[in-house]
Amino acid sequence: MNEMSKIVRTMSNILFPLILVFGFYVIMHGHLTPGGGFQGGAVVASGCAMLLVAYGSTWVHKKVKESLLSSFESIGAVMFISLAILGLIIGGVFFSNFLVSLHSIFGNIPPSGSTLSDVNTGGVLPLMNIAVGVKVIAGLFVVVLVMAYASKGLKEG
Amino acid sequence: MDKRTIISLLALVVVAVFLAMSMIMLHQFGEPERMPMDDYIITNTQSETGTNNGVTAVVFDYRGFDTLGEATILFAAVAGVVALFRGFKK
Repeated sequence: MNEMSKIVRTMSNILFPLILVFGFYVIMHGHLTPGGGFQGGAVVASGCAMLLVAYGSTWVHKKVKESLLSSFESIGAVMFISLAILGLIIGGVFFSNFLVSLHSIFGNIPPSGSTLSDVNTGGVLPLMNIAVGVKVIAGLFVVVLVMAYASKGLKEG
Repeated sequence: MDKRTIISLLALVVVAVFLAMSMIMLHQFGEPERMPMDDYIITNTQSETGTNNGVTAVVFDYRGFDTLGEATILFAAVAGVVALFRGFKK
């Protein structure tokens, strides 16, 4: 896939940072608002797919290699499962929410009927959201990138 | 009729019977069999997990093992795509 016209590239330049900000917002506030790691990661990965459409797979493949994205995906998976195993070690149960009882970072308990303003709540849930978000961003982007780059030599139609 | 047609007809009948049985035996919509479960989650989400978002609490805390399976599926899909398209490159 070659790069598209200057109009499309300019519009994607304008939209790309906004999509990134919105996606990371959805990931970071997954324990307060609707959404979470998976949904926000899909938003960010679709922004990267828009870049892929606008600039062509060769240009993107020069900037980002799929080995880097694969390692990011593995880092997300390792973060997720090590949080679960930490719950097993500290809390006694697999996937136990051990940060809530410690009253440390993310350890606040919101009062009943409160607003959604306190980000510092939720125990391990924000950390798990971040882990799943990294995993989904890298995973979906590497799928789209590898498919686009592999099929660029094929004839259209 | 040859053997393949008979076998596929039999399989179709078995699947159709099981589908019809499961559709008939569904319980009433909006009346889950175990009511105390969702009441427990609604009352205890804030004190146990410290979140205001009950859906995220279920996904990552009460049913975290399901999310682990979901992450495994994504990992397997990515590994499959990368392994499949590796041969296309020049």
